[in-house]
Amino acid sequence: MASLWSRVTRRSAVGIGLAALSVGLLPVIAGAGRPADKILVGHYASMTGKEATFGQSTDNGLRLAIDEINAAGGINGKKIEIITYDTKGESAEAGKAVTRLITQDKVVAVIGEVASGLSIAGGAVCQQYQVPMISPSSTNPRVTMGRDFVFRVCFIDPFQGFVVAKFARENLKAASAAILYDQSAPYSKGLRDEFKKNFEKMGGKVVADQAYNAGDQDFSAQLATIRSGSPDVIFVPGYYTEAGNIAIQARKLGITVPLLGGDGWDSEQLAKIGGDAIEGCYYSNHYAPDQPSDEVKAFVEKYKKAFNGQTPDGLAALGYDAGLILADALKRSKSLSGKDLRDAIAATQNFKAVTGTIGIDSNRNATKAAVVVQMKGGKPQFVAKVEPESQPAKK
Amino acid sequence: MLEKFLQTLMDGLAVGSLYALIALGYTMVYGILKFINFAHSDIFVLGAWLSYSMAIMAGLSMQSAVPVAPWIFAALGAVTVLAAVMQAWDRAGYDRVPAAWRGRLPTPGLGGTLTIVSLWGWSSVGLAFAARMIATGAAESSAWRTVAGGVILLAAMSTCGLIGFCVERTAYKPLRKAPRLNVLITAIGVSLLLQNLGQLDWMFGTRPQGMPRLLPDVTLAQFAGSETVPPVKLHLIDVVGAGTAVVLMVALDILVFRTKLGRAMRAVSYNDRNAALMGIPVDKVISFTFVLGAALAAAAGFLYAQKYPGLGQTASATWVLLGLKAFIAAVVGGIGNIRGAMLGGLLIGSAEMFARAYQSPSVADIYVFGILIVVLLFKPTGILGTNAQEKV
Repeated sequence: MASLWSRVTRRSAVGIGLAALSVGLLPVIAGAGRPADKILVGHYASMTGKEATFGQSTDNGLRLAIDEINAAGGINGKKIEIITYDTKGESAEAGKAVTRLITQDKVVAVIGEVASGLSIAGGAVCQQYQVPMISPSSTNPRVTMGRDFVFRVCFIDPFQGFVVAKFARENLKAASAAILYDQSAPYSKGLRDEFKKNFEKMGGKVVADQAYNAGDQDFSAQLATIRSGSPDVIFVPGYYTEAGNIAIQARKLGITVPLLGGDGWDSEQLAKIGGDAIEGCYYSNHYAPDQPSDEVKAFVEKYKKAFNGQTPDGLAALGYDAGLILADALKRSKSLSGKDLRDAIAATQNFKAVTGTIGIDSNRNATKAAVVVQMKGGKPQFVAKVEPESQPAKK
Repeated sequence: MLEKFLQTLMDGLAVGSLYALIALGYTMVYGILKFINFAHSDIFVLGAWLSYSMAIMAGLSMQSAVPVAPWIFAALGAVTVLAAVMQAWDRAGYDRVPAAWRGRLPTPGLGGTLTIVSLWGWSSVGLAFAARMIATGAAESSAWRTVAGGVILLAAMSTCGLIGFCVERTAYKPLRKAPRLNVLITAIGVSLLLQNLGQLDWMFGTRPQGMPRLLPDVTLAQFAGSETVPPVKLHLIDVVGAGTAVVLMVALDILVFRTKLGRAMRAVSYNDRNAALMGIPVDKVISFTFVLGAALAAAAGFLYAQKYPGLGQTASATWVLLGLKAFIAAVVGGIGNIRGAMLGGLLIGSAEMFARAYQSPSVADIYVFGILIVVLLFKPTGILGTNAQEKV
């Protein structure tokens, strides 16, 4: 009898407990919409996955910027709060993360992603719900194309491809080049197209044009073809994991010419994976930590202090700039509605940021200079700066 | 033309022997338990990452040596204490315990297993420390680096063998009598668990890392070549990689076909109930099979990391595709057949490398999967597989 009684009471106790819990939760659920004293900003980034350092660096930079804004009083007395969701570096996850940010967390603006393919996926959702999005570092032109709610604070691939081609032709005096690109990434394909076009226009010759797929580990077949063309430089517009592997295998095959890359190389893991093989190679980037500029110096100091002495990479700098530009637009915006905020971001001009003086053009892209760095002793070192004025007019 | 053919053949055999090593684990487990151990490719990934971690710990990379994570000692210590307690409990038995407690205490008999697990764990750690001592003592000598690498290979094989043992005991053994589908789903669960555990910061983290080179980059031989045609180069790493794989496969073949234990494995594979009636310790044989498969996968992981030093994080799609290809190798060779797995691995590896070199790297996988389809259409049991009558 005793056991039966205790079972009955235990069950009803659980029932009462659940009921009490749900009653207690009600106001919490109702109030979850939009806390009055906070401005919620969403961030979707590859915190894990193959490009994990991209997301982590960007998130660090963004949070550093927002912490500074909040410490200085926030936006008209309201603090900004960042909600970060992981995309694992997959487009499907990016779409889900942005939908969740907008429909469940009700953020006023979205920051992200680094990889262009993911920004295109996330941008589609932002455009649909009319919430402004700022991509810190997606350089493919299609990210902002035809989407009036999507902006970016970095330059675009046509410019980056031009910078690398010009650097190869003028600084390295390369007469011929080979290309090895990731045909599954829009970013890599876009850079390859622009590099090829500009390099040939400047009188250079592309002797080999080879492709691989993301996740490939063996590049010996492509590199053997490239070797038989004996190019002066090899352009590898992929991400750092593959770039490191490609460098090792190229050196193993006896290829000694420098490899060139884009901002997808920008990670401290590049030297860890590539080791000696990547020494002396060049890549174009948004900024260099040893660049002669006051903004850069101040930012590097702050970042090192906040994150255990880590040197910020370009993605951290762009995450920081994206945060500053969003905060600036939030201050100027008439209201927190998507349309007003969009107009405020679009009006950004001559904004002094870490990665250069940023102006948002009519295509919602940033116009600013690029730098070229060289890997020396496992660290990127500033070599040259290429200004946007010299960019050929777009057709 | 001959140079290109030779180079491609060498690359194909080098990669194929690694596929074969992984395929052996799939095929052995299928042969005995008739289920696909989907967590097997993750053991391979763990092998690669454990080799990396141990090499870093030994101070073999450019960075300074990293101390061993304290939780490893804590976990091993806990297992050791538990093992001692369970040993005592085994000795005491139910007799000395008040009757009221009996239902609440675990059944005796775990002491032996736990003791094995703890001793095994400590010896794996010991091997890793041996590698560290060799590496610090040898400083810059490349010969001693290679010796340290060999010890790391053994340590990784031992650790992964232990992981394989624990996975079998905790996840698969309780389901021995359950429908095969349940075990299959559990295997997928274990696979996801291992992938995601590996991503945690206190395990391997999410950042891709570069495996330190433990072998000197030496070209052993060079054939032909002219001004226009690059020569065929035989690298030390490919020879050592394929050589280690071949030695392990020959050892396995001898073990399975020439020893008493191997005969027991084949008997269990043929009919486990009859094998049990003949006095074969079925549980031990099954555990041993898992350990063997996991150790071979770990060796493949170590060799793979030496050949392709850029290691993606444990859940990376690269690993999934590699595991899939090894599984295809096992199916193509005839799943359940050990020599078939070796043949399948070499065949798949060569097909992939020839397609890469002679057509395009982007279509290589089409040939791999194409072979699978052709084999399944015309000889569904695989090239060396025999038609087994389904027992009803």
